[in-house]
Amino acid sequence: MSDHPKHAEIQRELDENDVVLFMKGSPMMPQCGFSAAVSQVLSEVGVKFKGIDVLSDADLRDEIKNFSNWPTIPQLYVKGEFLGGCDIIREMHATGELKKVLDEKGVQLAG
Amino acid sequence: MAMSATEIEGLIKEAFPDADVLIKDLAGDGDHYAAQVASTAFSGKSRVQQHQMVYDALKGKMGNELHALALQTSIPE
Repeated sequence: MSDHPKHAEIQRELDENDVVLFMKGSPMMPQCGFSAAVSQVLSEVGVKFKGIDVLSDADLRDEIKNFSNWPTIPQLYVKGEFLGGCDIIREMHATGELKKVLDEKGVQLAG
Repeated sequence: MAMSATEIEGLIKEAFPDADVLIKDLAGDGDHYAAQVASTAFSGKSRVQQHQMVYDALKGKMGNELHALALQTSIPE
């Protein structure tokens, strides 16, 4: 991890929000099918999350990839921990593991 | 920009010689693939770490030349 100033900004978002999705577009208006898929999974699970649009910030778009050592967007963080990208989150949702992990981490689910 | 399935498979096999690799070209455009990789190298690793190992094998192409690779990793029985 470098000491790029963006990394401190990313860390602050993770400290302040339990569930953060770095995505293309917003949860209401995703700009990419993979970002849309993960937003959809999170609303199905009933978890509140903060969506951060990397398309509006070129530095963030590059640095989030270095921050997590993960080459693609979307990226889901729960309580500061990188949980995965689209494939992993969809797989975890299909097996019911996602709900379990959120539960174990003490994240509030609706309904 | 695009990569061939053989190229992807070659890079993965180079990094994981024991791997079973199955690549599907999802859209026929050389840009959207699904890959299943089974290797003993994944043993004891988290899912995130397993995917990171495959991305490393692709040498920075993932997210650049390669736009979409739906990835599924597993450990052979």
